[in-house]
Amino acid sequence: MLLRELSEAFGVSGHEDAVRQLILDAVKDLVDEYRVDALGNLIAVKRASSQGRRRVMVAAHMDEVGLMIMHVEKEGALRFRPVGGIDPRVLLAKKVRIGEDKVPGVIGVKPIHLLEPKAREQVVPVKEMSIDIGASSKEEAERLVRIGDYAAFDVSFGELGGDLRTVKGKAFDDRAGCAVLIELLRESYSFEFHAAFTVQEEVGARGARVAAHAIAPDIAFALEGTICDDMPKKRDVSPTTSLGAGPAITIMDRSVVADRRLVELLVDTAKQKGIPYQFKQPGLGGTDAGTIHLSREGVPSVVVSVPSRNIHSPVCLLSLNDLDNTVRLMRETLARVHECDLGREA
Amino acid sequence: MKELIRELTEEFGPSGSEDAVRELIKKRISDQVNEARVDPLGNLIAFKQGRAKRGVQRRKIMLAAHMDEIGVIISHVDEKGFLRFARVGGVRPLHLLGSRVIFDDGRIGVIGREKPEKRTEFPVVDKMFIDVGVPGKEQLTKKVGDVAAFVRPFVDLGQRLVAKAFDDRIGCAVLVQTVLDLETTPHDVYFVFTVQEELGLRGALTSAFGVEPDAAIAVDVTGTGDTPEAHPMAVSLGAGPAIKVKDGGMLAHPGIKNWMARTAQRLELPHQFEVLEGGTTDAMAIQTSRAGVAAGVLSIPCRYVHSPSEMVDYNDVQNAVKLLVGLLRGPVDI
Repeated sequence: MLLRELSEAFGVSGHEDAVRQLILDAVKDLVDEYRVDALGNLIAVKRASSQGRRRVMVAAHMDEVGLMIMHVEKEGALRFRPVGGIDPRVLLAKKVRIGEDKVPGVIGVKPIHLLEPKAREQVVPVKEMSIDIGASSKEEAERLVRIGDYAAFDVSFGELGGDLRTVKGKAFDDRAGCAVLIELLRESYSFEFHAAFTVQEEVGARGARVAAHAIAPDIAFALEGTICDDMPKKRDVSPTTSLGAGPAITIMDRSVVADRRLVELLVDTAKQKGIPYQFKQPGLGGTDAGTIHLSREGVPSVVVSVPSRNIHSPVCLLSLNDLDNTVRLMRETLARVHECDLGREA
Repeated sequence: MKELIRELTEEFGPSGSEDAVRELIKKRISDQVNEARVDPLGNLIAFKQGRAKRGVQRRKIMLAAHMDEIGVIISHVDEKGFLRFARVGGVRPLHLLGSRVIFDDGRIGVIGREKPEKRTEFPVVDKMFIDVGVPGKEQLTKKVGDVAAFVRPFVDLGQRLVAKAFDDRIGCAVLVQTVLDLETTPHDVYFVFTVQEELGLRGALTSAFGVEPDAAIAVDVTGTGDTPEAHPMAVSLGAGPAIKVKDGGMLAHPGIKNWMARTAQRLELPHQFEVLEGGTTDAMAIQTSRAGVAAGVLSIPCRYVHSPSEMVDYNDVQNAVKLLVGLLRGPVDI
């Protein structure tokens, strides 16, 4: 399964090369042209099958959250900082791989026996954590690792099964979106299809900003793996999204107000084709659409996401049903995107 | 002009849902401009072509006022039909308690709050909800993603006016009245009514890219320091429109600032200078568009900004229109 390879590939923001290579191999025979831009975005183009003049950008980001090595202690322990938003509580005692050589390491944790009662209730700050690579001196560590090397979570993809066909793995935010976008490239379209596999979303949607400027699209879709907080709660509040309830359509998040016409097109398509869908809880998170919609004179944009539990942690969970339904919803919607009237009478 | 102000402030238009405000403005000005178009994000761009005037160099001027107001968006519908919500723009939780909101279909809701653990507990949005008065979820027509604005009628106190959304419908009213009063100008003037200012100057960013002006002035509200124990600020209601020097996001172009001040002096219009510590306006986004734009701000002093009862002085509003008309009729001297 391509999602397995995508999930297991290392691609912390700013070093997406391995993910890009994997995607390039998967899509190069499906597209008319492709290029890698100055920041590292992979932009693949499918020309319109008919005389469609519209240019549609569909973006998914290749990068994932991870760590960067900042300092080597004289005992050989590696100090690090997060790249992108990581809750320090998910880091302790996790396996990581560091640098080009994928040096294995483990984030150290103080055994519970040594913790004062008060310390058990406190979060260990990232500054106090270190990665153990088995080196016993600074010199030994520096033969394996350099300052500035990236570390990514060392997690294998796996299947939990069940009715929702749940799978686990790292970086479903946004390898799920990459997997959907690759699938979409297998079809032909009546418009110019610009698939943008972007870099550095997790540090501020930077790749998407320049990709959108270059593509100058009429419409944009961002595909995401998004927050899913649907485990049982005492209060009747939003789960943000629910696993297995279908692709999540964004109406508004912190970075974008989705174009209402595109939201309506997605909802109408889902209803017509009997595809389950849900709305993502408004007001949370930000995506590539945040920079894309502000490009040039503005781009009507919307986000469609695969719900994923535990995002930004080493082990995310998603439902393959949701993934398949996201592909279906996007495919059916793109097939009628020409119906969307972008003109506004003035 | 008071009727125009009333209409504009009472219209529904939280960020991202500015359609009704745009329609209203379009209706009021379309006869007076050469072209009015709506750009991809929903900004209304009205163009008035300049008529050559001897000795005056024709410039491309952008005037901007934002159509959007703060509001709320439904984030969750619970089993009993209560609506959880998120804020659209800088809504202060204290102003929410006891407030009423209105949806685009006219449905009214009231804002309630979970029982606080302590009486002095500061209200937080996560513990509030909207009650639209339905006995059960089955009768509810509202859904996740629906947007609501605050409900408050416009009140004419004579010299002073009170309304919700003076930020920035008063700027819209000033621009509309400027279009109506202008008659002719030697400049190509783009009156831009922007979207999503309250979410981060988004409409201004894209419309400035499209218009590509030589000079720009945003018209927006600013705070005052003239109420009891207010945060010190040398701006008062009734002392004239305020010419911005600086705010939390920009330094106004000195040429624009001086052009406005000189013109106000020449026309004998009261005016004041404004240094605002926090907050900014569309001019910040316009200033750094493309290769840069000479940008400034003409501010309408406003008390209680972002509350459902904002207050402005009618003379300040009228003098802002006179100043803009004066600026547009003469040379751009920056």
